[in-house]
This record gives sequence, structure tokens and C-alpha cells, in this order.
Amino acid sequence: MVSTIKPIKIFFSAIIMLFSFVQFSNAQELGAENNGDVHHSNQEEKEFNASELINEHIGDSHDFHIADWKGHAISMPLPVILWSKNGIITFMSSKFHHDNTGEVVVEKNGEKFVKIHEQIYQINEGENAVILDNENIPTNASRPLDFSITKNVFSMLMSAIILILLFSAVARSYKKNKNAPKGIAGFLEPLVTFVRDDIAIPNIGEKKYARYMPYLLTVFFFVWINNLIGLVPFFPGSSNLTGNIVFTGVLAFITFIITTLSGNKNYWSHILMPPVPKALYPIMIPVEIIGMLTKPFALMIRLFANITAGHIIILSLVSLIFIFKTVAIAPVSAMFVLFMSVLELLVAALQAYIFTLLSALFIGQAVAEDHH
Amino acid sequence: MVLAGIGAGLAVIGAGIGIGKIGGSAMDAIARQPEAAAKIQTAMIIAAALIEGVALFAVVVALIAK
Amino acid sequence: MNLVAPESLVFWTTIIFVALLFLLKKVAWKPILGAVKEREDSINEALKSAENARKEMQNLNADNLRILKEARIERDAMLKEAREMKESIITEAKGEAQAQATKVIEQAKSAIESEKHAAIAEIKNQVAELSLKIAEKVMRSELSDKNKQIKLVEDMLQEVKL
Repeated sequence: MVSTIKPIKIFFSAIIMLFSFVQFSNAQELGAENNGDVHHSNQEEKEFNASELINEHIGDSHDFHIADWKGHAISMPLPVILWSKNGIITFMSSKFHHDNTGEVVVEKNGEKFVKIHEQIYQINEGENAVILDNENIPTNASRPLDFSITKNVFSMLMSAIILILLFSAVARSYKKNKNAPKGIAGFLEPLVTFVRDDIAIPNIGEKKYARYMPYLLTVFFFVWINNLIGLVPFFPGSSNLTGNIVFTGVLAFITFIITTLSGNKNYWSHILMPPVPKALYPIMIPVEIIGMLTKPFALMIRLFANITAGHIIILSLVSLIFIFKTVAIAPVSAMFVLFMSVLELLVAALQAYIFTLLSALFIGQAVAEDHH
Repeated sequence: MVLAGIGAGLAVIGAGIGIGKIGGSAMDAIARQPEAAAKIQTAMIIAAALIEGVALFAVVVALIAK
Repeated sequence: MNLVAPESLVFWTTIIFVALLFLLKKVAWKPILGAVKEREDSINEALKSAENARKEMQNLNADNLRILKEARIERDAMLKEAREMKESIITEAKGEAQAQATKVIEQAKSAIESEKHAAIAEIKNQVAELSLKIAEKVMRSELSDKNKQIKLVEDMLQEVKL
């Protein structure tokens, strides 16, 4: 038992240690971000741009920004994996030297790449520098397929590893301890039984729920832990993964696939042969099909918007200090940030619950037997 | 920008009224039948989530349209 | 918001999520749900058996009470019987003793009577014999002196006292 818990304990104490100093670095980051922007873009504006900062934070990036120190950004380089015309090209994102304007050209295998607003472009053959039009869109470069390990992918991998460590430790603890669960199992087991007894069984039904349990449990804990990681305001956390519409879209799409594949005769007859007069079929069938598609769409938007909104609010409250350029606002701002952070803790769990609940509901509708 | 803000605000008003009604009715129902609290809560959260989804559509559209 | 490399996120999310799903299913969900189910079953079973034991206990108690009651009744009956028997034995014994006693007394009486008769008969015999002897003596003295004879008879008679 002790040996299985140990790596987790080490992990958590590492997180707590990080927490103690990154509060400071977080403030640094926010303050210095402005400087950093000025430094890199060589523009004269000294104005603090809150919406740019927020956009940067809720978006993805090719390197993991940790802090700024004396005008220099400190970040963890992440691998860039590109699928260009000539095959796969990989290099570390540090080769761009934090450049986001397309000035630094990385040459690899005879191909030239630049990074503009976190987007990587490949310069057309025969040219050496990127030419931007008025809207900062390159005219002589195109986007290769980008499979880089971005900040979001990195934190997703991290959350997957945490989940596997955590739950394999729980599973192992059951082999030794047949009595009431203790320690980490005692904390996680009620959540597992909650997903089973309050989400799966009432919505899918006693007979069929077991097949969908792995998916529901995985999606619940995956969304939840990523929501929580997003709330950690410093290095291993702070990524806005569950507030990224692509990520939520993929999860919603998986729910849609499971729902569609497990739809029984009753489900399809409701969509293709609704119980209305035949004359209404040209209206009803498209409506039913649209209804089928809006469900995962709403699932995608809900999670994305909730988490992004939380991040935006917290960042806006912090930005107030820099907008008003006074320390006097800091206590007020800090109080509100604390309040919002606590609220976001609730929202993190609630959104994971709602995502899982609605997935279970849709699956339940698909497998429900006719009881008319 | 201002119009987007107004749009988002209008959507939030609608969602606020809707979720408030759901919450109020759920409280009524729980007070009337405390033994069914768990079921009512689940139904309440589902309904609130659906309304919230619509409101979030509006907010997202407002933000994109800015 | 700027979507940085959406294809990357689509690709990695799909791969990581599906891999996580299968890995967790194998490593975690199956053993955890299995263990939870097992424990729930065992708890249910334990509760059921406890309930059964309680019922059995109740039955046993009822049985015990019934047996106790029966035993008490039996005991009472036995005591009553014993008492009756005692009474009857006592009365019987009394009657017998009475009868025996009367019988003994009767016998004694009859024995006394018969002894008395015998004694009287013997006395009579002796008196007769004595009378004969007296008569003989009287006869002899008669032969010598008449007065003397009478006197003798009187003496003799005085001598003999019944």
C-alpha cells in the first residue's frame, strides 16, 4: 500500500512546492508579459493590453511559458512535429526563440519555417523571408500539417499519466485490502460509485449501463482533472485545454459516435419514422437529424464556453491591477480572484458531471426500449 | 465590441431568468417532496444545463461577431 | 481566440483519449468496479445472513419459550400427580394401618378371650380336682369324726380362694 501511494505523494508534494513559488512567478508573468511583448515586437505601445494577454492565455502555444525574468521569457520548449510536402520534420520549439512575428526563420531539411502568432508557416521554396500583408497574414507561405506537442497536448498527456497512476494505485490497493477502502481509494471510490449509481444507472438503465461505464468514467475524470489543471495558475497547469473548442469537440464527437453506434431500432425509427402523419416527414426527418447533431454540438459548446469564461474572468480580474496601474486595487482583485477560483473549482466538477450526465442521457436515449 | 457586449448581456438575462425559474421550482418541489430531492436535483441540473447551453451559444456568437 | 494547429489537437486528443480509455478500462475500471461489486455483494450477503441469523434466533427463542412453557406445565402436572399419589398413599396406608390395628386388636381380644376361657376352664378343672381332693380328705376324716370333717371342709373351702 505504502509503496503504491509513494509516487503519488511525491507528485503532489512537488505540485505544492511549485505552488509556493509560482504565485510570485505568475504575477511576474503577468507584469512582464507586457514588457515581453514590447521587447519582441519592438513597438512603442507601452499600454497594457488585457484582451491580448487573455487571448494568449486561453489559446494554445508551441512552447510552455513558465515565467518572465528581466524581460526574458522562461519557457519549456516542446517538440514541433510538422508534416510538410517532404515528410515529417521535427525540431524543438526553442529554435524560434519566442519569436511570434515571423522574423526568426528555422531551416530544417532545406525547408524554412516561421512562427506568426503561434501558427507555424512554411515559406515557399526559393524565398528567404516571410512577407506579411496588412492583417499579419503571410503572403508567400503556407501552413504545413502541424502535429506538434503543443502546450495543450502536453498538459493532456500529463493528465492522462496522472489518471493512470492514480487509478492503477487504487486498483492495486483493492488486491491487498478487501475491507473498506482506505487512503486514495477511499477518496476516489465514492466518485466511481457516484458515476455508476447517479449517472449511468438512472440514465442508461440497470441492464445496459455496464458496457458504457468505462467511457463515462474516463470522460468524467479526464474532463475533471483537465479542468482542475487549467485552474492551477502556474507551470504544469494553467493550460486552457478543456476551454479549447477543438478538445471539447473531439470528446463530444466521441460521445456522438458511441450514441450513434449503440442506437437501437427504436432510436432510429424515432428519427427516420417519427410518429407523425407521413405528410410531415419532409419537415420532421431533417428536424430529427438536426436534433441528433445539436446534442453533441451543445455538449462541445457548453464545456468550452464555461471553462473559457472562467479563465477570462479570473484573468480580467488580475488584469485590473495592471489596467489601473495601482497596487491599491490588488487586494480587491485578489479577493475576487480567490472567490472566482473557488467558484471555478465547483464549476470544474460540475461541468465534468454535466458532460458525463448528458453523455449518459444521450446514450440512454439511444438504447432505450420502446415503452409506448 | 459594445454591441457584442450588449448581445452577450441580453443572452445572460434570458438564461438568468430561465435558470432562476428552474431553481425556484426545484426548491418548491423539494420542499413539497423532500424524499424526491435527488431526482429533482438531477432533473434541475439537466434543465439548467440545457438552458445554459443556449445562452452560451448566444455568448459565443456575440464574442465571435465582435 | 486563435486556434493553434487544430489538427494537432484533434489528432492527439483522439489518440490520447482512446488510449486512456482502453488503458484505464484494463488497469483501473475493471478491477475497481469488480472489487466494489464484490464488496457490495459480500456486504449484501452478510446483511442477509445476519437477518437470517436474527430470524433463526427469534425462532429459537420462541422455541425455547414454548419448551419452557411446556416443561413448566409438565412439571406442574407431575407435581400435582405426585401430590395426589402421596395423598392416596397416605390415605391408603392409613386405612391399612387402621385395618391392621383393628385386626391385631381383634386377635388380641380373641386371644385374651380364649386364654381367659382356657384359664377359667383350668381353674374349673383344678377346682374340681381340689374339690375331689377335699372331698377325699373330708371323706377320710368323716370316717373318724363328724365335727372334724365339717371343720375340715370349711377350712379347705377357706383355703381355696378364687
